[in-house]
Amino acid sequence: MASKKQTKVNIQSVQTELSDTFLSIQDLHVWFELRKFGFGRAGYVHAVDGVSFDLDRGEALAIVGESGCGKTTLMKTILGLYMPVKGDVVYKGNRLSEYSNAEMRWYRSQVGFVQQDPYGALPPFMNVQRILEEPLIINGVKDKKERLERIHRVFEEVKMTPVEEFLPKFPHMLSGGQQQRVVIARAMILNPKLLVADEPVSMLDASVRVEILNLLRGLQEKHHLAVIYITHDLSTVRYFSEYIFVMYAGEIIEKATGDDLLKNPCHPYTLALLSATSDPDAKNVEKFQDVPPGEPPSLVKPPEGCRFHPRCKKMIPGLCDVKRPPEFQPIKGHLVSCWLFKDA
Amino acid sequence: MKKFINTLREIWKYPSAVFGMIIVLALLVAAVVVVVKIPYSEAIDTWRGGEEVYGKNPRNVPPTWYNWFRKDKLVESLDMNEGDEGVTIEEIVTEGGTPIKTTTFEFDFQYDTFPQDLVFYFTSTFDTKQPFVSVKIFTPDEREIKVGSFAIGATHTYPLKQDEKLRKKLGGVVPNIGIFIQENDETQTPVKGIYRLVVESITFEEGSTVQSEFVLTGQVFGWAGTDHLRRDLSLPLLWGIPVAMAFGLLAAIGTSVLTMAIAAIGTWYGGIVDGIIQRITEINLVLPFLSILIMIGTFYSRSIWVILGATIALSIFTGGIKSYRSMFIQVKESTYIEAARAYGAKNGRIIFRYLIPRVIPLLLPGLVSAVPSFVFLEASLALLGIGDPVLPTWGKMINDAYANAAIYRGWYYWILEPAVLLMITGLGFASLGFALDRIFNPRLRGM
Amino acid sequence: MAEKTLLRVEDLKLYFQTSHGDVQAVDGVNFSLPENKAVVVIGESGCGKTSMAKALLRLLPRNAGTYSGKVLLNGVDIMAMDDEQYRKDVRWVKMSMVPQAAMNSLNPVMRVKDQVSEPMIVHSAVSKEFALEQARIMFQRVGVPVDFLNRYAFELSGGMRQRVAIAMSLVTVPELVILDEPTSALDVLTQANIMNLLKGIKKEFATSFILITHDVATASEIADYVEVMYAGQIVEFGDAYRFFTEPLHPYSEKLMASIPRLRSTSKLDFITGQPPSLINPPTGCRFADRCHKRFAKCSEEPPTVNIDGRSVKCWLYQ
Repeated sequence: MASKKQTKVNIQSVQTELSDTFLSIQDLHVWFELRKFGFGRAGYVHAVDGVSFDLDRGEALAIVGESGCGKTTLMKTILGLYMPVKGDVVYKGNRLSEYSNAEMRWYRSQVGFVQQDPYGALPPFMNVQRILEEPLIINGVKDKKERLERIHRVFEEVKMTPVEEFLPKFPHMLSGGQQQRVVIARAMILNPKLLVADEPVSMLDASVRVEILNLLRGLQEKHHLAVIYITHDLSTVRYFSEYIFVMYAGEIIEKATGDDLLKNPCHPYTLALLSATSDPDAKNVEKFQDVPPGEPPSLVKPPEGCRFHPRCKKMIPGLCDVKRPPEFQPIKGHLVSCWLFKDA
Repeated sequence: MKKFINTLREIWKYPSAVFGMIIVLALLVAAVVVVVKIPYSEAIDTWRGGEEVYGKNPRNVPPTWYNWFRKDKLVESLDMNEGDEGVTIEEIVTEGGTPIKTTTFEFDFQYDTFPQDLVFYFTSTFDTKQPFVSVKIFTPDEREIKVGSFAIGATHTYPLKQDEKLRKKLGGVVPNIGIFIQENDETQTPVKGIYRLVVESITFEEGSTVQSEFVLTGQVFGWAGTDHLRRDLSLPLLWGIPVAMAFGLLAAIGTSVLTMAIAAIGTWYGGIVDGIIQRITEINLVLPFLSILIMIGTFYSRSIWVILGATIALSIFTGGIKSYRSMFIQVKESTYIEAARAYGAKNGRIIFRYLIPRVIPLLLPGLVSAVPSFVFLEASLALLGIGDPVLPTWGKMINDAYANAAIYRGWYYWILEPAVLLMITGLGFASLGFALDRIFNPRLRGM
Repeated sequence: MAEKTLLRVEDLKLYFQTSHGDVQAVDGVNFSLPENKAVVVIGESGCGKTSMAKALLRLLPRNAGTYSGKVLLNGVDIMAMDDEQYRKDVRWVKMSMVPQAAMNSLNPVMRVKDQVSEPMIVHSAVSKEFALEQARIMFQRVGVPVDFLNRYAFELSGGMRQRVAIAMSLVTVPELVILDEPTSALDVLTQANIMNLLKGIKKEFATSFILITHDVATASEIADYVEVMYAGQIVEFGDAYRFFTEPLHPYSEKLMASIPRLRSTSKLDFITGQPPSLINPPTGCRFADRCHKRFAKCSEEPPTVNIDGRSVKCWLYQ
């Protein structure tokens, strides 16, 4: 169920100037210091190491990768919860690092956050009404009537009706799907322009996932939201976002539209991910899956050159293990960071 | 509110908890009742009062209910005033116009021992001519003892034990014994029955009056006994309840709440703030708690409020901070806290509205269980002599008893009564605290 | 299909007693599994799959109530054994389990080599050295590097820990291993590795598997048979090939239609409503109120119908 709108392809391969692109991530580096006993420094965890891309309103982008690849850190930096050590998040032309505290609070009201664990995301000692009032109170909506009105409106959008029935309930009284709707409602209540969703359905039952993903898609279309999905599940991604970015060891190694990535995967890691993702098919029993050996590298001392090279069957010695590959464009609108495509 | 009722229902499942709860409630109710019925100032005055308050009590006697456990009964104290039951008054006027007032004190002597003393208190009003009083005793075995006759002033106290003339009359036996035995009885068995003490008072002026009071200083008194200053021990026993409750609860609540708040703040901000708090805690853990309190009590002030304040201050930075810290570190990583930061909540709000409410259910059991230790602390300090010098408390009772070598002199009740109350308090709060712990800490359920 | 039947389950029941009533978690389950085959049990959360695994291994919680039925393992009814005999002869001897989130339930204060050798030491009178040697062999087999033997659980990654848990279940070389959500918390590549491992073990040791999961796509990597559970009952059982091409029960249809596929662009479906409570389940077909093909007869409990080697619990096939 790909998007019917043909949005303009918006992938840039180099740093953009400060245009009025809605959201621009520019050469973002987010490192965490490792403390040693006493006062020594043991190095840094290079969680995000040079990520750049743009996103416009009304576009949905999925960032796919395994655990430890840095996608969660990237997401939290976009949310303003971590500070980059280099590079920046540029929102409507303004650098996040230059925001004052008040501007930062405004920015946070512009970004909605949908978390992975619906139960953990809701304070267990508050009822649904309190949970939804909190963001409003914090952002200065003092009139109780106005708050209730907004809650009603947003609940109708997430299809939790009758609203009065749900307001006094506590999180443990709701099903997983309902809890996630409350989380989405909370993310939407400040009328954000950007929505960040971290594995929004991975902890829900299979039968409920589609409902929730449809809901998110509907909200995106209705409110012309920019959406960033973080996930490790390639099968769902295609249905709900235009673009898919593949992340590995702190870098984005491939960027393409959904259909394009699945039809013409380029990077060996992407190929591995796709072949490891099964569809329900009885023939799977007959063959073994082809999995690259080894594990993702440590982010404290990542490998030289291309970070995937120790596991890559098609590695070019002398090149892949020495220099980090830049982005190549083998197909229009399809970028890949791999030396195999250096002639593109 | 619903949570409270649910908690009550859970408590009902554990018999020990119900037991504890009953004790706690009884203590709290008693504390309030005592403070209302015997206001603070009255209590202090009574406690510090001297002869005029306690003069009529026997010294160092056990409570009246000791007699239930004894075969030979000890003499109960009596204080008979005009107008009391057993006192009859007859006023006649002789032909010569002299009013004679006959006051008869009647009591039933069923004891196997002898009273400490028999004392008459006379008060009179007159201008110049003193009234004249004569006392006679009629024993159940039909003896009539002429005790004595004399003129009295405005007040006159006549203890029979010190009357030498009476002693000679009774054959050399001390009057408090002599009156109650048959003549020449070597075995000294008291004669049981109704004794009548007749006081005849004659006044010689118009408007002159005489009031008489008879006190039998027995060997048991009241329901708690008396101490070395003849003070009724029921006062410090009763007043000890509100003092113990107030000290215990205030210290427990103050400490718990402050410990939790400080731990939350330290954990949330991390870094230097957390570091400082942890270092203070570690240093404080090593400091000798009781010794410091003793120093403060000795050199600075023994007022209970000062001691309470010092207790709380020293108790905040203890192990509690470390255990709350480990809880807060866990809660701090919760996704809902992350969400709160994402929609712009400020640090203060997160600490007090998101972190702390999560941990409050764990605060309650600790709080309840901490009350007895503070109650015991107050008693210990009093025992060591650092207690509040003014208040009548359980610790003070034990302190007095210790100072008067009560154990060696057989006055066990003096120590046992406050000790039992202390133990009951501890038991009650501990039972309730353990049950609350089981309710709020699911892993302990079923134990 | 004249294969030898390894396991035959007849009318297995397991109810839990709660303050609200009896939870009929496993309500009359019937199926049989031939030797050296894998059956995959799929269903929503709360449908009773984990309870069925616990019932088969007799790992009952304190509030277990009704526990009845027949379970024939190689022809021997293990339900008729008393607890001690079961422990000695069946559990971890003929049948073992990799429980849910096994990687998180490894003992944090034991080295992994000791953990893996422990089932051997407990169940056979072997020396510690022999058991450690078996553990080492098993580690190699599951793909854990040998120098990890002396490590503690927290020093290993999620995938490694899951392999250790699998090694633990295999060290006594049982005939049947039950795995409860073995790959749910793992990354895609690690999942593929684990599935490869299971395929290899099935080939090499001729082990049979019961794999419980809600991830139908991953399950298809190893499924010879598919068993669909709903509200404590088996609503469909059959060979994997025919199941994936043409599911019979309406629930199976909807389930298959709600799975997102990488390689096709069919529209995704979802099932409205919720599964019924297992305390006092409804009479009649338990899926009826969510079923798009229900009709009048569905208010009565449907029979289990055998169609050409597959079984389905639905009036549509009567």
